[in-house]
Amino acid sequence: MTFAELVAQWLQQGLKSPLGPFAPELVISAAIVGALLVRLGGFDRAIPAWFVALGGSLLALLLAVTGLDDVPRTLAVDDQLLFTGLLRLDPWAAFFRVYVLLFTALIVGLIVLTRLVDHEDNPDLFAMLLGATLGMLLMCSANHVLMLFLGIEMASIPSYAMTGFFKGRRQSGEAALKFAVYGAAAAGILLYGLSLVCGILGTADLQEFSPKLALIFGDAALGDRVAETRGLALGLILILAGFGFKLSLVPFHFWCPDAFEGAAAEIAAYLSVASKGAAFAALVRFLAAIFDPTIPAMASMGYGAGIVLGGVAILTATLGNLAAYPQTNLKRLFAYSTIAHAGYLLMGVAAWLVLLSSSLVRQDGTPAAQRALEGLVYYLVAYLFMNLVVFAATAMIRNQIFSEDLRRWSGLGASAPLLTGCLAVGLFSLIGVPPFGGFIGKLFVFSSLVDASSLHGIFWIVLAAGAINTVFSLFYYVKILRVMVLSPRSAETAGELNVEWADNSYLLMITIPIVVLGLAVPLVLPICQWAAGPWSL
Amino acid sequence: MQNFDLLLLTAIIFLPATWAVPLLFFPKSAVEAMRWWTLAGTAITFGLTLVLWGKVDFSSPDMQLVVAVPWIEPWNIAYRLGVDGISLPLIVLTSGVCLLSMLASWSVDKQVKGYLILFLLLETGILGVFLALDFFLFFIFWEVMLLPMYFLIGVWGGPRREYAAIKFFLYTFVGSVLMLVAMLMLYFEGGYTFDLMRLAAIGEGRIDGLQFSRSFQIVTFWLLAIGFAIKLPVAPLHTWLPDAHVEAPTPISMILAGVLLKLGGYGFLRIALPICPYGTQAAAWALVGFGVFSILYGGLAALAQTDFKRLVAYSSVSHMGFVLIGLGCWKISEQTGMGVGLKHWEMGLHAALFQMIAHGITSTGMFFMVGVLYDRVHHRDLNRFGGIANRMPEYAGLAAVLFFAGLGLPALCGFIGEVFAILAVWNYSPLAAVLSALGMILAAAYVLWTVQRVYLGSEYHGPLAENLTALLPRERFVAYVLSILAIVFGVLPNLLLSRMQPPLHQLVIRMDEAYRGLHQVLASIGQAGGG
Repeated sequence: MTFAELVAQWLQQGLKSPLGPFAPELVISAAIVGALLVRLGGFDRAIPAWFVALGGSLLALLLAVTGLDDVPRTLAVDDQLLFTGLLRLDPWAAFFRVYVLLFTALIVGLIVLTRLVDHEDNPDLFAMLLGATLGMLLMCSANHVLMLFLGIEMASIPSYAMTGFFKGRRQSGEAALKFAVYGAAAAGILLYGLSLVCGILGTADLQEFSPKLALIFGDAALGDRVAETRGLALGLILILAGFGFKLSLVPFHFWCPDAFEGAAAEIAAYLSVASKGAAFAALVRFLAAIFDPTIPAMASMGYGAGIVLGGVAILTATLGNLAAYPQTNLKRLFAYSTIAHAGYLLMGVAAWLVLLSSSLVRQDGTPAAQRALEGLVYYLVAYLFMNLVVFAATAMIRNQIFSEDLRRWSGLGASAPLLTGCLAVGLFSLIGVPPFGGFIGKLFVFSSLVDASSLHGIFWIVLAAGAINTVFSLFYYVKILRVMVLSPRSAETAGELNVEWADNSYLLMITIPIVVLGLAVPLVLPICQWAAGPWSL
Repeated sequence: MQNFDLLLLTAIIFLPATWAVPLLFFPKSAVEAMRWWTLAGTAITFGLTLVLWGKVDFSSPDMQLVVAVPWIEPWNIAYRLGVDGISLPLIVLTSGVCLLSMLASWSVDKQVKGYLILFLLLETGILGVFLALDFFLFFIFWEVMLLPMYFLIGVWGGPRREYAAIKFFLYTFVGSVLMLVAMLMLYFEGGYTFDLMRLAAIGEGRIDGLQFSRSFQIVTFWLLAIGFAIKLPVAPLHTWLPDAHVEAPTPISMILAGVLLKLGGYGFLRIALPICPYGTQAAAWALVGFGVFSILYGGLAALAQTDFKRLVAYSSVSHMGFVLIGLGCWKISEQTGMGVGLKHWEMGLHAALFQMIAHGITSTGMFFMVGVLYDRVHHRDLNRFGGIANRMPEYAGLAAVLFFAGLGLPALCGFIGEVFAILAVWNYSPLAAVLSALGMILAAAYVLWTVQRVYLGSEYHGPLAENLTALLPRERFVAYVLSILAIVFGVLPNLLLSRMQPPLHQLVIRMDEAYRGLHQVLASIGQAGGG
């Protein structure tokens, strides 16, 4: 494509792209600026920064939700492209945009409720939080490697700062430094991998990947194009390592427990859910672009990659669950639990990759690969609420007794029955016990493993590992309830809980969806099917 | 009519859980009112199950009052319920035992509101398991039952309650995870359905062109069997039981022993056997073997106990062994694959189901009797009892009826199930029959020795002797009801056996045919290879 053609295409497409679909991102950008500027001239006495942040994220959420109807539900990709193809607003992106914004609004609400930061620091924290959100929104819809990388970095850098937000605490600073150093190395590796892949393919546009791959491989097998295969494989390994850092997959998980322990529980919740959701969205989009099943060579490479990811998923889930057991710091425990759940989710991705290379269909003719994606999406939705509940409860208890040490929580349950009840629902859902949402998500992921096992026997092992891990996880989740409910108060128990009605209603508001997700599956499943439908990715 | 069935079955399952909602709004101090409210809920549920009993035609072997409402359509999951002669006695047993144990719950006076709410949720879970005809629904109720039980043992239990509660949770959960894997395998292999009736039809080879292969059946059967065996429980997977039963408060022990153990046996009859006939036959030796082991191990362990409640708990392990041998005594001829003495296996199935009901009555009664004593003297040490018969003659008499029923004395309900099981297993293996008969002798030994140590003797020398007062009206009611039932089913076992016969007979016929089909395939391959 010559430069003139490019300009012509830009004029044609770029001017055609209205700003409407991009409105949520614009609102978030405005809220960032607003949160920073509100301090000038004493405006923040009239309008506090949290108000700007909450209002901005709610408005963005509203726009993203109302915009869902306008998302082109079409197999013609061109209609879904924005800004000369830098972004792609398909149902997948639209769904995850809502996901990230919903979680951001909930977290801003939680931070306001728990009074995490004082009046002075308010604008800084919210500007960074919304900045990271903007990055995650771009990750969800990136259709170009450059946008993908920019999105990841925009999401990461504020996260480092938020982790170390409490400047006075040594632990916080140490955590932020570790997180930043790891993050920088991971970004470098990711960038190197991306440049290798883009260099071989001669394009950074995800839509161009498939035609270029077809040019290189045609109908040839992987072994016939050794140089390209090697380069691509190396690039992909590096890219997966970069994503592995974001997703805290073993062996790139070391930052996670330290960062979570150093950060406030609210920030840890944000890292654990929003950034996971966005990273999975981006990972799946990238993998879907490169492993085009219509090219035999790429189908077989995707099949291999799926098996490798299955192995990584086993390691991640197992290590997360085993390491969580001895923890007494709640945030550290939930950090390992986050790692374990990244493992379960990755099992879904692995099954999807393997199924992608086959033409296996379910009884109603839906490709099994699409079903695997649906399951993954359902799991992520359940994960949003159940993880938020446990972190929110931790933050609220911390506010009352100033301790996140489980040993000091014994016998606290009786003084706050509603909080304990909500926490119990969240924990049981994380274990994967019906009738809660976590069970349905796990069932869907496990069932795509059974599907995949008909293609490669290793998925029986993955399934067995998933099942065994579910039992492992029982120990440490139930341990929390045991300490709070069954154990009597001890000398170490720090004070009483006196939860305010606002906190209680917040908890109730985020706990009810967990039960709804477990029982009223037909209510949510169509949304997941829409997000993962054939018009996406 | 269909709508009425749906309403009735749904009401039976969810009435207890909905009944728990108003409890939230009772003031904390209105303890007595909350108890009466809950009692009313369990009583109405019991009444509804009796209505159900009246509606079922027991002469038909098929599932009745079947309702199916689509639930998660893309996954072909439905809200499917139904009853037959296998599940209905267990359903009535459940609601009855819950009613009686609610009467026994007056002894609980710690955090009464929470206790009653969890109690009602537990009842919903158990009834749901017995009524569900969709594997997915079955699994959900199976797990729903687990959560209240964890807290009921863990918060209201004895000194080692935390340990007992987590052990119970863990064991059952391991079983559930295995069941989950089996469930997914069946879903995909059976053409994307969780419908238990359809899966059974496939397993029994009644659907053209669809049949679970031999190796698939064996794997699935073992996955399911371990899950159910933990619940039953079968030694050596029983170790959660003595802890859970001993630490749980009396009414919860009654439900645990009276109803929860039956879920394991019911799971075999409803799921594992019909869906995997070949797997069942392949594992018959194991079922009988582990059954005999449980009978003997449970009996010997009961003999060694000094804690009254622990003794009753181990006696449950022993008695549930009879259920397992009854289920497993399916003998075939290796050459032809024909059933040998199928009548005997059918009798074994009858024995297993009858034994579940009988044990539901006797073990509920025995735990209640132990609880009555414990409420008064606050210890359960067998060596510090004696002379209770002098102080509480009425109590001692009723307790004797229930303990002798547990022992298997003729004309009491425990006798029928155990003797039928032994007779049935003789056809499978005379050695197993002799060994399990030995189990009955062990039962006689530990029951008689217990009666002697607790009730007989001249005088009670233990602590708190002044508290040994006569039964309260509430306690008297529970004890009389259970004792009368023990006698009625001992004298007129046909009340139940005739109602179980049609579905069990059909099950035997179908499983035999299914097995022969698969066995012949094996034989013809062998001949083809040889020729």
